[in-house]
Amino acid sequence: MEQLIGNNLASVAGFRPELVLTFGSIALLVLDLVLRRSRSRRALLAGAAVIVLGLAAVLLAAQSTASTPLFNGMIASDAFATFFKWIFLAAGFLTVLIVAQGDDYPSPRVGEFYGLLLAVVLGMFLMASATNLLTIYMSIELVSMVSYVLAGFRKSDRKAAEASLKYVIYGSVASGVMLFGMSYLYGLLGTFDVLAFAPKIAELSATTGAAGAATKLALVVAVVFVSSGVGYKIASVPWHMWCPDVYEGAPTPFTAFLSVGPKAAGFALALRFFLGSFAGPMGANGMAESIAGIPWPAVIGVLSAVTMTLGNLTAIAQTNLKRLLAYSSIAHAGYTLMGLATLSALGMQGVMIYMLIYLVMNLGAFLVVIVVAEATGSESIFDYSGLVHRHPLAAIAFGIFLFSLTGLPPFAGFTGKWYLFYAVIERASGPAGFWYGALAVVGALNTAVSLYYYARIIRAMFLEAPHVTDRVAPKLGYQLMLGAFSAAILVFGIWWAPIVEWSQRSMVMLRG
Amino acid sequence: MFGPNNVLAWATFLPLGGAILIVLLTALRYVSGLSKHALDQASRAIALCTSGLSLVAAIYAWSFYDPNAAGMVVAGKASGVQLVQRAVWIRGFNVEWFVGVDGLSISMVLLSGLISFVATIASLPWWSGAKDREMAGMVEDDGHAGGAHGGHGHGEAHPKHFSVRMVPGYMVMLLLLQTGMMGTFVALDMFLFYVFWEVMLLPMYFLIGVWGGPRKEYAAIKFFLYTLAGSVLMLLAIIGVYYNSAGASLVDGSATEHTFNLLELAAQGHAGQFASAAPILGFEFAKIVFVALFIGFAIKIPMFPFHTWLPDAHVEAPTPISVILAGVLLKMGPYGILRFNFAILPDATRWAANAIAIFGVINIVYAAFVCLAQKDLKKLIAYSSVSHMGFTLLGMAAMTPTAISGAVLNLFTHGIISGMLFLIVGVIYDRAHHREIARFGGLAQQLPEYTAIMGLAFFASMGLPGLAGFISEFMVFSGSFPVYMTYVIISATSVIITAAYYLWAIHRMFLGKLNETYRGFPDLNWRERLTLYPLGAIAIVLGFYPQAILGSINTTLHVLVQNVRL
Repeated sequence: MEQLIGNNLASVAGFRPELVLTFGSIALLVLDLVLRRSRSRRALLAGAAVIVLGLAAVLLAAQSTASTPLFNGMIASDAFATFFKWIFLAAGFLTVLIVAQGDDYPSPRVGEFYGLLLAVVLGMFLMASATNLLTIYMSIELVSMVSYVLAGFRKSDRKAAEASLKYVIYGSVASGVMLFGMSYLYGLLGTFDVLAFAPKIAELSATTGAAGAATKLALVVAVVFVSSGVGYKIASVPWHMWCPDVYEGAPTPFTAFLSVGPKAAGFALALRFFLGSFAGPMGANGMAESIAGIPWPAVIGVLSAVTMTLGNLTAIAQTNLKRLLAYSSIAHAGYTLMGLATLSALGMQGVMIYMLIYLVMNLGAFLVVIVVAEATGSESIFDYSGLVHRHPLAAIAFGIFLFSLTGLPPFAGFTGKWYLFYAVIERASGPAGFWYGALAVVGALNTAVSLYYYARIIRAMFLEAPHVTDRVAPKLGYQLMLGAFSAAILVFGIWWAPIVEWSQRSMVMLRG
Repeated sequence: MFGPNNVLAWATFLPLGGAILIVLLTALRYVSGLSKHALDQASRAIALCTSGLSLVAAIYAWSFYDPNAAGMVVAGKASGVQLVQRAVWIRGFNVEWFVGVDGLSISMVLLSGLISFVATIASLPWWSGAKDREMAGMVEDDGHAGGAHGGHGHGEAHPKHFSVRMVPGYMVMLLLLQTGMMGTFVALDMFLFYVFWEVMLLPMYFLIGVWGGPRKEYAAIKFFLYTLAGSVLMLLAIIGVYYNSAGASLVDGSATEHTFNLLELAAQGHAGQFASAAPILGFEFAKIVFVALFIGFAIKIPMFPFHTWLPDAHVEAPTPISVILAGVLLKMGPYGILRFNFAILPDATRWAANAIAIFGVINIVYAAFVCLAQKDLKKLIAYSSVSHMGFTLLGMAAMTPTAISGAVLNLFTHGIISGMLFLIVGVIYDRAHHREIARFGGLAQQLPEYTAIMGLAFFASMGLPGLAGFISEFMVFSGSFPVYMTYVIISATSVIITAAYYLWAIHRMFLGKLNETYRGFPDLNWRERLTLYPLGAIAIVLGFYPQAILGSINTTLHVLVQNVRL
């Protein structure tokens, strides 16, 4: 008992950024009340949120990246989690910057938003480091619950209310299914500790004959059920249905956050779950094999192919930019799943790099949507016609983000895609290579399909004459952000050595 | 500053520098009160200078290139590659900035520099009198009168000329395109090659899509989708080749597990590295990679049945862009096939040679027949390009020294001649605002100088002895005859069909009674002379002295063919 308590107390040292976020979140809610009548409350609250995130960043930077289990193995502190935590902090920080300038969140309630946003960031921190079924469930629920509120933040907006309700319903089903799966897993393996799964699975599958096959089947079903929680977060088929409606209905800055933050958190969790518990350690060639020969790569690979194809094909018909980007984000979840399906070091690195680059390019794309919506009040593709004449910077930046999302060099999206494809091709010459080869071909063809709908936006912005004459004049802050995002995309498309080296260093994950 | 070890970098990046300069000037316009007119003129001047200097660098490279020099040593053998510049780009990824030229690329570097410069000249609005300017739609205004901002024409009769619409943007795109083309030809690192290859796509899309004709949006996206579909397959193949390559070393001596170095890969391919690689998708590795790469390049050539984007792109593109498209971009296909497929995958090349030859014959004959049916002059010329690129395919597939030299010479001569042809179409389109062959007639009386130049270009393209086209066609036919006798005989019929469609076009457009609508048309102006005469001169000189190009390409190509045939 004393040992347990001692471990918990010692663990606090490795939990400081999370503590800052916890107390920061509460502090902001209090501050919101204190500053009720202050004139500069918008600026002060945004400043406070930035300070909390900054403090968390400082503590995160100071923290050791050595792999250690915290709180008696409930969560892990390792380089892998730290990599993703930086992504979450960046997503939170940039969202605060966008919200502070915009008018999506009215001043009286903006403090509430910041407080809840910090809570989501905390939830994502936990998702990236959870190593116990309980913490996995808790962290996913923390992110979900708060997201429901934030999606429906504008109470008077019918679309937002609808979005929020849909989000709740789909979310509850997904987490119910996940809990059901977890109960199976617990029944089969007798432990909540994800890191202790591997030996038990090997033990279980040692049973031969019909009983062994039945056990394996039960295990696969259980894991697929558990994955519904993750699939829901990353918006992969068949748990993607909420995505277009919520993206469309939620206030755009939060949509932007949703598309990069929780998605990255979902992938972090999935990488840890599958690579840590269902695959053996990586060999000298950087490839892991799934324990007991359960075909996880096949399951994930099929999901990946279906997700990207469905996302891309559905995106073609969209005329609302937020819905289009929602389907595009489903497609990108599909591409990224390719990296997970390889169960290899390269695939893992590919996912990490992709999520980092995706953060910049997708936030950038949504920022342009915000900028245009502020000027025209519309998210329809028709109101993007002739944007290059109405605001060249916004149009050119959007062009860069869209080409980057397509995966064309010399933009950073190409770098990300290259690593994912490389991971798949590496597997294509090994056993079951045929299916990896097929997956790579599906991915490549999907890239060409995605160009079609991205180019529709490009065409509207550059090739068509303006239908509407509203001049788009973004605030200076937005312009600076657009410039910085575009520059980052260009620089990382030509010189991505820092990203690769950082992700390389961060591939250390706590194992059981 | 400017020497043999960096001349290729200059040739590649001067246009990029110009583009950046124009962007900065444009940004300056928003800050200061720089007038639109001044900005337009400055952009034109910058584009002319940088693209001209890039041509100078290309000529310098060509003059420095010595076909008999041993060049860089790769895998213990002299490769003949010269003017090499290497630096590590991203170490963790084994990619290098690695450029150089051998006999395969030197003629393409020269062609690319030349055609780019000609296209830049052709992008200027240069007209004699105010009335003529008005007629061509080149009257510049400062953006009022509803023109420049919408990017749409100022009159009902005909849209505004591309050369006065959003000039800085046009010039930036043109210069980026030039950088992409030059980079593709000089890159010897597979990854670098791919980056440059893709970099060409974006400017081309915008140049067709923004400054093109009535169906520009359709043509632009069709071009983009076709090429991208090809290049993603190519990307997979490139990754596959990289992953299955053996180790090599970077320029700083550090050893790598795999390599992107194209010369190293060629040496490994020659030694059988890829023939023994594990199969992919149930097929032999070398074969499936060959097919993926080949389709990517074949779309660019364009080879039947992937050619349907070309007529659309050509018809809608503004004249200088058509010139670049036909003069340089199509050449990347055969160049890539020789650089990748032939050099790296010799076994698969032997396996596929017959099929390539058949597709070459289809290109030659089928496209020639299609030409006969064209009503639009530009479409006719576009399909004649498809037909002429077939000669290169046939010559490559035959793999005899004469045939392959003819094939690559054909790239150069076709680049020059098709450039001329598209400029000629541009001349008449600027005046008449349509290109329908049947609506012209008797133009020879009104435009004698134009008619003379047109005759030169048409006859050169037809393959009249004494002009450039004849030499390359003859070399392809005579070189392929021992290998593919039947194919050569079938292809030879195209000579008659080609003569038929050209002569028929001349007959309908230039001879007979002058169509009174066209009385009063001005003959060639200086902008047009500056672009047409140099190309015409080259077409004549190469007709008598093909050695100027052959001398620098033969050595490398003969070694390449020998390696493949082994």
